[in-house]
Amino acid sequence: MEKKDFTKLIDERDKNIVVSSGMDFSGKTRSASFLQQDNKVVLYNSLFKGVEIMGIQDAFHTYPEIRKRYWGNAFAKLKKDYPHDTEGGYFIRVKKGENVTLPIQACLFLKKNKFNQKVHNIIIVEEGARVYLITGCSASRAANESLHLGISEFFIHKDGYLNFTMIHSWQEDVRVKPMSAAIVEEGATFVSNYVCLKPVREVIMYPTAVLSGKGARASFNSLLLSHPGSLQDIGSRVIFASPDTQAEIVSRAVSLGGRIIARGHLKAEAVSAKAHLECRGLVISERGIIHAVPELETDFRDVDLSHEAAIGKISKEEIEYLCSRGMTKAKAQSVIIRGFMNVDILALPKVLQQEIKNLEDKTLESSL
Amino acid sequence: MLEINNLSVEIENRLILRNINLTIKKGEIMILFGPNGSGKTTLIKTIMGLGGYKIINGEIIVKNKIVNNLSVEERVWLGLGIMYQHPPKIRGVKLYQMAKFLSSNEKLIKTMADKLSLHTHLSRDINLDYSGGEMKRAELFQLILQNPDCLLLDEPESGVDIENISLMGKVLNNYLQKESKSALIITHTGYILDYVKAKKGCVMMEGKLWCVGNPKEMFEVIRKKGYEECKVCHGEKRFY
Repeated sequence: MEKKDFTKLIDERDKNIVVSSGMDFSGKTRSASFLQQDNKVVLYNSLFKGVEIMGIQDAFHTYPEIRKRYWGNAFAKLKKDYPHDTEGGYFIRVKKGENVTLPIQACLFLKKNKFNQKVHNIIIVEEGARVYLITGCSASRAANESLHLGISEFFIHKDGYLNFTMIHSWQEDVRVKPMSAAIVEEGATFVSNYVCLKPVREVIMYPTAVLSGKGARASFNSLLLSHPGSLQDIGSRVIFASPDTQAEIVSRAVSLGGRIIARGHLKAEAVSAKAHLECRGLVISERGIIHAVPELETDFRDVDLSHEAAIGKISKEEIEYLCSRGMTKAKAQSVIIRGFMNVDILALPKVLQQEIKNLEDKTLESSL
Repeated sequence: MLEINNLSVEIENRLILRNINLTIKKGEIMILFGPNGSGKTTLIKTIMGLGGYKIINGEIIVKNKIVNNLSVEERVWLGLGIMYQHPPKIRGVKLYQMAKFLSSNEKLIKTMADKLSLHTHLSRDINLDYSGGEMKRAELFQLILQNPDCLLLDEPESGVDIENISLMGKVLNNYLQKESKSALIITHTGYILDYVKAKKGCVMMEGKLWCVGNPKEMFEVIRKKGYEECKVCHGEKRFY
């Protein structure tokens, strides 16, 4: 499949939506790309020999052994079942020791209305490899009453590093249920950034990382903006299954009238786990609801788990301060919300930082 | 520039300011002395239009316009500018972002940041983890970029070390002099008097203005004898 196809494969009027989920059509700033529309894998290509990327069906065909070695295994570790009626999804494997500096991009696009897109992705980072992956999930205006179910399994082998950024750009009536599990081996790091600023009917997810090897680390960071009539029930869970593991969960939630449930769960099943969970929320509209549910759990004494949560309205004093510099109340409020939804909390690679900041600015500008 | 007539102000139904009369002409600097809790900050915040201060009587006039019912930002647009004594932290909003909002003059932003040793602060959140002195310098920095005609300064030198008082004092004086700006300055330490050319001072006690005079002479008396002396001399002798 040719690289130039990317632009032709997406309808002209859907392009902005896809771009708003972090995709670069030119592919120039990406090491590899994948595109699935509804249930069809329409494109994949890699410009970097250390990165394998293909549709999951093609991957089963090319490498039959991955079905046994990886498929469903991350969920099995959690003793959790997952939907088996998926169609498509991506397979990404970064070869041992490769340091991939440009991000890989994967785009899952919902085009049809009343369609159930169900994908199952497998991401493998081999020993000592480093990679950034940005996944953009979006829906055309027509696909208003559709459902997206994205299942992802991440395997980060010894000393590997995966920085995964997922940007959701849905429509008002789309329902979304991502399910993901990451197995992080000895000395490996899993960073998961989640950004959801556009309207959506419902997002329910509780991605989980299992720190299965000594010294493994995980970090979950999310920026959530909730529009009237929506529910975002979003958590992050880290299971410390080996000694000396570390994690951090950070979320910023702003409700413009919708309901946000910000969950977090740190579970220490081994000694010397160290982790912090932080949730900050701003309720802008009277109708907005934010419910922070932080959970800390340990089987051992020798752990260091902490959390802090703060939710409330924007402080009047801050608004007044900005007004006393000449901003109108509306402008001051927007400046504070934009500052609160700071992309700096995401552990983004430099190449993506400005890009995502611009995306966020644009989305917030139209929302506030 | 600024005229206050018979101003009385309440906070939560408690009368704080009583019949204040004050005039500050263009290019004039007025120093406001007074013990803690006498109402000085209330006066400045009421002039600025900040929340929680209820005017029950009187008028605040800026450039011949009654501003009693104007919003904070409308007063700023008229030419008022405030320097907070305890400014809030604005998480996620960079000092540089604010500087760009206040002035399109990139060169001025850079020069002022250099002069006030705030270069590294430009990329930091406003007031977040700033020391007392840094906060004051950042306030002055923003105020100069805002370029108001009448400055309301609430203890600009409190929490600032001697070296930085001198730095700030010079920058402030230069600004005031250059375009003959007006200012109302609250001070407890009096250090600011060494830098700005103030001809008038007044003392506020129990929500009233007690006297007007030469600020340096007034400060000398207050420094030596405390505000008790103001109570004794009130109505008998004046500083001028």
